[in-house]
Amino acid sequence: MGIDLRYPIGVLFVVFGLLLVLYGLFGGTADDSRSLGININLWWGLIMLLFGAVMFFAAYRKRQGRIGEK
Amino acid sequence: MNQTTELHWIDYLIIVIYFCFVLGIGFFLRRFMRTSSDFLASARSIPAWVAGLAFLSANLGAQEVIGMAASGAKYGIATSHFYWLGAIPAMVFVGIFMMPFYYGSKARSVPDYLSLRFDEKTRGFNAITFAVMTVMSSGISMYAMALLIQTLHIFDSPIRALGLPNEWVFHASIIVSAVIVLAYIFLGGLTSAIYNEVIQFFLIVAGFFPLVTLGLINVGGWQGLQQKLQPAYLHAWAGLNSPQNNPLGVEWFSLIMGLGFVLSFGYWCTDFLVIQRAMAANSMASARRVPLIAAVPKMLFPFLVILPGLLALALTHPANAGGPEGEKGASPVAAVTDNSPASLIPAETNPQTGEILKDEKGQPVLNYNLVIPNMLLKYFPSGMLGIGLTALLASFMSGMAGNVTAFNTVWTYDIYQSYIRRKADDRHYLRMAQFATVFGVALSVGVAYFVAAFNNIMDVLQLVFAFVNAPLFATFLLGMFWKRATGHGAFCGLLSGTLAAALHHGLTLSEGAVPGIKGGWITVLHTYPSQMAQNFWTAIYAWVVCLVITIVVSLFTRPRPDEELRGLVYALTEKETSSRGPWYSRPVPLGIGVLILTLLLNIIFW
Repeated sequence: MGIDLRYPIGVLFVVFGLLLVLYGLFGGTADDSRSLGININLWWGLIMLLFGAVMFFAAYRKRQGRIGEK
Repeated sequence: MNQTTELHWIDYLIIVIYFCFVLGIGFFLRRFMRTSSDFLASARSIPAWVAGLAFLSANLGAQEVIGMAASGAKYGIATSHFYWLGAIPAMVFVGIFMMPFYYGSKARSVPDYLSLRFDEKTRGFNAITFAVMTVMSSGISMYAMALLIQTLHIFDSPIRALGLPNEWVFHASIIVSAVIVLAYIFLGGLTSAIYNEVIQFFLIVAGFFPLVTLGLINVGGWQGLQQKLQPAYLHAWAGLNSPQNNPLGVEWFSLIMGLGFVLSFGYWCTDFLVIQRAMAANSMASARRVPLIAAVPKMLFPFLVILPGLLALALTHPANAGGPEGEKGASPVAAVTDNSPASLIPAETNPQTGEILKDEKGQPVLNYNLVIPNMLLKYFPSGMLGIGLTALLASFMSGMAGNVTAFNTVWTYDIYQSYIRRKADDRHYLRMAQFATVFGVALSVGVAYFVAAFNNIMDVLQLVFAFVNAPLFATFLLGMFWKRATGHGAFCGLLSGTLAAALHHGLTLSEGAVPGIKGGWITVLHTYPSQMAQNFWTAIYAWVVCLVITIVVSLFTRPRPDEELRGLVYALTEKETSSRGPWYSRPVPLGIGVLILTLLLNIIFW
């Protein structure tokens, strides 16, 4: 029905990933003692960003492939 | 920790973005909702992987997530039986053997299948009990969420900023969740619920994987965890020779029969809440793959949802949970008396007075349900905390949404169209389905407040659900694989199975429990070593009674002619010739692969 679900998932994870990365870089690290000194926002944000991008491009490439066939 | 937890703007932003996103999906899907089948069955158009992840997530409501971690802290690795012994074999069975009948018969719901296979009264009994249970479950889920939000004080400051008194945290949680769930289902129907369940699946992984990783680092890796816990908490099977030797308090037979067979097959093979997702798949091949695709992540989920409980146990009470010389079977948390905020497993308190609740032996009652939220608050800084809370809120809401979509379908097709208004055009049923969504949610809100006012009612409700569900699998098993089974047989079997469950519960008790809600309300004939053993045996008795009564009554009643049962019974249905394609896209090899991996997991964590 309608859409390839990988688009919205991709978009959501890219947005959340970006927010976490930016917050991890500029939001201050006072809280990091909680996460055992690891800047979890930065690192996990990067992983979420990457995952979102992969989902998005997988859906995009499939669509391009279909248009190419036509 | 509880009192001082303040969310920052980033956490609120993440939660708000998620809410908008969910509503956006509903608005996007609105234009596709033209027929009742679009709205209630996604017009059977969902790809296998999407339906598969929804199949998994529909069961992975927050109560499951929170409950599994709680059980992990209570019972240790043995909790994984709920997944590796319970869920997986049942999911493989429903995919390979049962989906051909559910999907192939063109039934629109599980009760609808019962009416095609048996008769109206069997359908009616199943449809009405199921509809009541879904509304109740959705209300209980709503109540649990509001209570948790209130306990954690995470949304106190926005409520204060609005100038509202503190009780409004509870009301606002109920209203906001009800409005959002209502909106996205009203707009996008089952498709909307399925899409959001898939997103919730990824959010749960995104929120819990780093949580488990941080917990493991903190405890010193897997070895550190092993050193800090008693050996009884580290094995799934060792100690199951006797109820005294394992934290579950059950022996292997009742575990395998009760949990592994009766309860799990009863849930995964007959509960329309999950089956609905598979029935929305875009082809028979997809429908059969749906539960198998769901089984793969399900196999690994104990590492995300049970492990946090074990970690909390090891991190909170390292002194009491030590060494092989530790007293076997004794609770490693018995010595805790504090309710200090640093404790990941705090004692339960009276909501009015704030006093610590104690059991009959004077020990504090521990609130295991706070394991997951407390772990989130302990390890996640602002930012990640927003992701973790969003994952939890998402699973609460999709737990509700799953119940609401199952409710509106059963209401519209199996109650309204069957008993109230038989012939009307499809537009009428589409409107009724949308209207059912509204009053389904409204009833859930009512249930949430009812449960809040009479707290014990929740235990009673869950008990009644257990009685109704226990015998169900016997009915479906006979219906699908024994063509001689009749409608009268099925109906009598179901009724007597439910009564047998209630009777067994009324006549037995678990050790140390007081007669009443825990059992023994008629008289106590037998005492089980634990409540879990009692539950498993209740299910086993109910199932056996249902099986025997169905067979006996069927043999005395007139069978339906074979012609009418084509496509509904195994012996009278053409077998699908093995479809081509790689092994992982064919149901049988995929199912065998899943079972082998699950067996390996059981051996590794023996």
